[in-house]
Amino acid sequence: MEKTPASRYPADSASRYPADSAAWYPADSAACGCGKTPVISLQAVPRQRREYVTGFVTTGERKVPVVSTRLSWRDVRGGWKVRWDIGRSHYAVLPGLYAVGAPGSDSPVLVTANYKLTFDKLRKELGGVDAWILVLDTKGVNVWCAAGKGTFGTRELEQRIMAVKLQDVVSHRTLVLPQLGATGVSAHEVKRDSGWQVKYGPVRARDIRAFLAGGLKKNNEMRRILFPLTERMAIAPTELVQSWPLLLGIAAASALLGLPFDAGYAGRLLSVCLPLLGAVGVGTLLFPALLPYVPFRAFSLKGALLGALWGIAVSFVVRASLPGAAALILMAMPIAAFLSMNFTGSSTFTSQPGAALEVKRGLIPMISSLAIGLGLTVVTRILPL
Amino acid sequence: MRMTYLKNGETLSLNSALCTGCRECIEVCPHAVFDMQGGKAMIADRLSCMECGACMKNCAAGAIKVKAGVGCAAAVIQGMLRGTEPACSCGKADTRGVTTEAKGAAVGSKAGCC
Repeated sequence: MEKTPASRYPADSASRYPADSAAWYPADSAACGCGKTPVISLQAVPRQRREYVTGFVTTGERKVPVVSTRLSWRDVRGGWKVRWDIGRSHYAVLPGLYAVGAPGSDSPVLVTANYKLTFDKLRKELGGVDAWILVLDTKGVNVWCAAGKGTFGTRELEQRIMAVKLQDVVSHRTLVLPQLGATGVSAHEVKRDSGWQVKYGPVRARDIRAFLAGGLKKNNEMRRILFPLTERMAIAPTELVQSWPLLLGIAAASALLGLPFDAGYAGRLLSVCLPLLGAVGVGTLLFPALLPYVPFRAFSLKGALLGALWGIAVSFVVRASLPGAAALILMAMPIAAFLSMNFTGSSTFTSQPGAALEVKRGLIPMISSLAIGLGLTVVTRILPL
Repeated sequence: MRMTYLKNGETLSLNSALCTGCRECIEVCPHAVFDMQGGKAMIADRLSCMECGACMKNCAAGAIKVKAGVGCAAAVIQGMLRGTEPACSCGKADTRGVTTEAKGAAVGSKAGCC
């Protein structure tokens, strides 16, 4: 480690945060999970201009930033960028206490993560609501992921309550946490350690208003995580961008398989490149779209099926010979299958033993299929079949 | 639409003798795995359980046990390459700044690699 994370925060943070250093309580450790770069730095936050802060509300001696419940075009653009995996691990807000509306000592306290996309999704649902928002330091990671890692956890919650002196801000002792934070937080331990009562709110931010209006009561629908098309497709661009090593490999392999460098080179290159790039599209875009409708329970099998269908279809399009078509199908299947299997990490219902089984049973067939397909392509290039 | 996966819920167990009927497992489960029967929780839909561990973490009576982990193939592969338990790509640095109680538990993510 070249630099201790704490040193990234100057001692006089109050001078950079004129409002109140306690309200803008800086993270005590800003190292991201990968240990390369800090998620939040004081340099990064002013660049976002913190335009979501519209003013300050005074509570006791302190000023707490009030945030807008409307997203600006910059927020929308920022959300779009991280979905395309641009700057995703640096998209954070400072942990600490915020306000929406004009909250008082009896207003609810909503706890959330410091991934800005998460923070934005919450505040945009809070129009007309007076509430406090306690942002935990989850290293810029969303609630569910951070709860799995333990950063959205019992200890961080307890420490953050103390750091912002929450007991001086509200007269009650109830915290509303997102339900998906329950993987990292133990409500009875928080109660035992700090006296604060944790109420798990709805899974989705869009239900928070109904939850608050209904006296912190949830119905079954608010508890259930579903994985509808819109949510599946929202993460698809990230999957596509993260498949870049595969895209690069396909480009390189196609360039080699197109040799020799003569008049027919471009045609030969494209006849391999396009079907395989298409297979990446099948695995990263078509698979999440069709997830509930494709037979089989293993994601890799679903993906292999889609890959095979794509391979057959594209063979007709490029008018491949029979061995050529076989080669395309043998290569398209494992590409689509692997990317589909990777989607388990983005899905909302897969268990670890299941994922382990898929990997154990799937990797060798995938590698073999790809190798045979590549071999067959080489053979069809050399022998005039 | 209810989507199910492989081997879901196999490590989940509920000891009814310890259950106090507080309903917290029902509150935190995102897949409606639990239901109440005669004032105690019961496992109603094991196949929907993704073994996230939220119920165990919030069972004050200690009646629920589950081997919590991330259902992520990339994490499994990372673990194989490193010879460790399944972990997201950030590896061992991941637990830095994470409370000790969480270190033994799931270290991972549900989205790409976060």
